[in-house]
Amino acid sequence: MAILVDKNTRLIVQGLTGREGTFHAKACAAYGTQVVGGVTPGKGGTTHEGWPIFNTVREAAEKTGANTTVIFVPPPFAADAIMEAADADLDLIVCITEGIPTLDMVKAWEFLQNRRARLIGPNCPGIISPGKCKVGIMPGSIHKEGAIGIVSRSGTLTYEAVHQLTQRGIGQSTAIGIGGDPIIGTTFVDALDLFNRDPQTEAVIMIGEIGGNAEETAAEFVKSHMKKPVVGFIAGQTAPPGRRMGHAGAIISGGTGTASEKMKALEAAGIRVAKSPAAIGETLAAAIGVNV
Amino acid sequence: MKIHEYQAKGILKKYGVSVPNGSMAASREEAEAEAKLLLSTGASGVVVKAQIHAGGRGKGGGVKIAKSVSEAGDLAAKMLGMKLVTHQTGPEGRIVRRLLIEETLPIEKELYLGILVDRGEGKPVFMASAAGGMDIEQVAAETPEAILKQYIDPGMGLEAFQARKIAFQLGLKPQQINPAVKFLTSLYRAFLDTDSSLLEINPFITTTDGRLFALDAKVTFDDNALFRHPDLRELRDITEEDPLEVEASKYSLNYIKLEGSVGCMVNGAGLAMATMDIIKYAGGMPANFLDVGGGANAEQVAHAFEILLSDKSVKAVLINIFGGILRVDTLATGVVEAARKTNLKLPVVLRLEGTNVEEGKKILMNSGLNFIVAATMKDAADQVVAAARGIHGVTEWR
Repeated sequence: MAILVDKNTRLIVQGLTGREGTFHAKACAAYGTQVVGGVTPGKGGTTHEGWPIFNTVREAAEKTGANTTVIFVPPPFAADAIMEAADADLDLIVCITEGIPTLDMVKAWEFLQNRRARLIGPNCPGIISPGKCKVGIMPGSIHKEGAIGIVSRSGTLTYEAVHQLTQRGIGQSTAIGIGGDPIIGTTFVDALDLFNRDPQTEAVIMIGEIGGNAEETAAEFVKSHMKKPVVGFIAGQTAPPGRRMGHAGAIISGGTGTASEKMKALEAAGIRVAKSPAAIGETLAAAIGVNV
Repeated sequence: MKIHEYQAKGILKKYGVSVPNGSMAASREEAEAEAKLLLSTGASGVVVKAQIHAGGRGKGGGVKIAKSVSEAGDLAAKMLGMKLVTHQTGPEGRIVRRLLIEETLPIEKELYLGILVDRGEGKPVFMASAAGGMDIEQVAAETPEAILKQYIDPGMGLEAFQARKIAFQLGLKPQQINPAVKFLTSLYRAFLDTDSSLLEINPFITTTDGRLFALDAKVTFDDNALFRHPDLRELRDITEEDPLEVEASKYSLNYIKLEGSVGCMVNGAGLAMATMDIIKYAGGMPANFLDVGGGANAEQVAHAFEILLSDKSVKAVLINIFGGILRVDTLATGVVEAARKTNLKLPVVLRLEGTNVEEGKKILMNSGLNFIVAATMKDAADQVVAAARGIHGVTEWR
């Protein structure tokens, strides 16, 4: 099972002919993902590294049977790329691009309403179902197939959590990076809901950070709906207020969005919170009763 | 990107938002000239306002009223070069380099207006409150019902009926409603056109003779959108920023200076924050936030390392890299290059994982430099905190 991506995923890459697009398309294919083509406006009809290139997403989807796209388009054009993919009725859009103007995303977000496509990101590492499919930029080799779902606002911190699990012999069902921007497609609640209904997933790690109130909303969902153990971590316990900590969305403003507030909300919802980032793996192991 | 009040008002004025008459002054002479002009054209007094990128200026003594040209000149002379400390500047304060000289107005009511993008709703929201002039964050915390929120359909923009609703709820008089609608829609247009992440008018005032003004203005631009606003980029005042942060921004590095003694270099914002946290758990304090990003090259890493080392409070360095796109060997090359160039003396603890980690470790080992390689994140934090203490003095290091 796993969620959103698996052996049936047929992936196109928007921006395949660029440096990043080429590098990661190859890495995804090497991991076993069915990469079926790419989209670069103006280069339609050519091939790149053996993959057919199309001018539009719709044409690529029709000719290749793709159901998923990953976007490596530069920030000024990325919101447009998201809307084009949504208009082509794909199931899943994964946008890796960092630095998209917020008001561009406001438009894209509006466009996605009432369309079938689910968006992951932007400004995210993507999604991987270990042993089945990788759609993103994460190093595949650190993962191990298993029963733990991971959802995170951060890229490398997700790798860290995965690494701590794999080292303990604990595998992952799906790891999904939802992105560090203020406006994102898939939220913590969306991912938790999917993991809750996924038979392969037995417990979930949720990695949040300062800024906004997505973690608080997720805590309420966990309290009222989650049937599986959830372990949490919040990054930015030492972050000063009013400063944007790398991610556009990671900012404590007006005294809200602090790590301690979020940790409190998580704990109140019955989530086991790892205080130190080095303790994410052992907290999860304790939550599922594994002695490692 | 933050800008000064006088710059924000200049933008708003172009959009037809009424702001008090006045202009920027960087010297006593300029301040006196502007005060003279204002007082001779009908102003009953002038306000001398310190221009720094922080709020709470009034309480810190950065906003004063003068009744004559010479009084304005005296205030300006006193304020320029002064260190202004407010609740937002921290104890180190900010040096005042520019002033805004403005006409005083007969204030009747002080209201609040703000526009930002609501993360949960994914759309812009117009906020308004009759409790203006105060710390709006305090109002939001204590009486959230006192803040009116009007979400805006991004495809439509702020409609006249929505603007009227805000105006009526603010308790404006019937004859002020139409001017207020123009005021509010102009503000929204300015917000959209400049790709602002925050536009705040606090206070938005009514005068005893019924007019409306933006008495203060705070505008912050979305950094991600600055590529399409070359004119707005010109408004950046680097004297308001930390020099090391300015240096870092030249190389597209995310660097924020903090108070501690453990310098850290990490890839990825989340892991960088988590690394700061674990340094604190190990008993130390981070000297900075530094995210070298996913796709950094050896040159960027070298610059990052130099910037980090030029902070004199740094006593030891922790490099925590989980290689994904950024390969560990690339990082190692950059670190070695910078360590040689800067004639590195400080202890450096490395924690490396991910893509090409073995090649990276080899480069570091063969460099002949004295690096400490830690096995885990916790181990790395413990070692670097111990090392940072060691530099302070032998007695403290046990």
